[in-house]
Amino acid sequence: MEHTETAVWPGQIHRVLREHEVRQVAYVPDAGHRELIEMCARDAAMTAVTLTTEEEGIALLGGAWLGGQRGVLLMQSSGVGNCVNMLSLARTCGFPLLMLVTMRGQWGEFNPWQVPMGQATPEVLRLSGAMVFEADRAEEIGETVEAAARMVFNGPACAAVLISQRVLGAKTFGR
Amino acid sequence: MDTTLTRSELYPLRRREVVRRLLADRGDLLVVTGLGAATWDAADAGDHPLTFPLWGAMGGAAMIGLGLALAQPKRRTLVITGDGEMLMGLGALPTIAVRAPKNLAVAVLDNERYGETGMQTTHTAGPADLAAMAIGAGFPAAADIYDEDGLAEALPRIRGEPGPLFFNIKVRAEDLPLVLPPKDGAYLKTRFRAALLGPEGAA
Repeated sequence: MEHTETAVWPGQIHRVLREHEVRQVAYVPDAGHRELIEMCARDAAMTAVTLTTEEEGIALLGGAWLGGQRGVLLMQSSGVGNCVNMLSLARTCGFPLLMLVTMRGQWGEFNPWQVPMGQATPEVLRLSGAMVFEADRAEEIGETVEAAARMVFNGPACAAVLISQRVLGAKTFGR
Repeated sequence: MDTTLTRSELYPLRRREVVRRLLADRGDLLVVTGLGAATWDAADAGDHPLTFPLWGAMGGAAMIGLGLALAQPKRRTLVITGDGEMLMGLGALPTIAVRAPKNLAVAVLDNERYGETGMQTTHTAGPADLAAMAIGAGFPAAADIYDEDGLAEALPRIRGEPGPLFFNIKVRAEDLPLVLPPKDGAYLKTRFRAALLGPEGAA
């Protein structure tokens, strides 16, 4: 994978999350979010929760909000498909829900099995009632997450930032 | 419709009585109830602002409990749900066990049936064993409860023993009258936050 050691956007996202007092960080381990996950796991102000499937994160963050804490859900686009019914919880109850999605199946994808869900991701999110913000270039990511976080926590609202595979680099399996 | 007589129709513990006792003298206990009969049982025991009753989000009750327990480490959180609801979100068991919140207990009312859809059998009517799954997931303590003695022993542990705890309470399969809590999710959320966090929580 080509996402580099010098990428600044994971640190920018981490700073935005800190500024918005995000306390619970839920994720299924993901290469695109690797650096951000490590930053959050090291941050004493945040509790990192590793999930077995992404829909657990929607429920977790609902409980966090009931208890007075803000959270964020980090996932790959394939995980959006795992969340669909659970997104009803956030919509019906008006839980703030910030999702940061690294895209697969979108830009030069090597693995065709990733393509159907990757291509459907923005529409699935919109149909489920989430606002969709797309960040196609590395320099847009920090400000896009900031814009989404403001709308989520001032809402409450449900929003996803889609981080393009163009930024992350397509996995090539050495081919 | 499945009309086979199963063992769960003979279990001595009755779910409404079990839930009344789980919630008696609840103090500052925080409660999440799973879709659907567990939610009706808790309403029968008495609607309460610090009970968050799920009308949907099947498979999510235990995870909502985890988020709440992590956010409120000084309070006890109790998740009360059913076997069908728990089976839909089994990944929550290792997710909870890894975080290991000391203030979280999960109580499953296991009647071995899907109550809302016509009392069809769940996998726990067969070989599936939820308490064994919780142990396998890494819960330090999990047990099956079949009778009054087991329940009497478990009740103080559910309230006070360091968690995470998992109790699978075998209850009689029975059709009971619906007792419904409020169903407006936004109201239930705001009511819960106001009761827990004060006026700021409702803002």
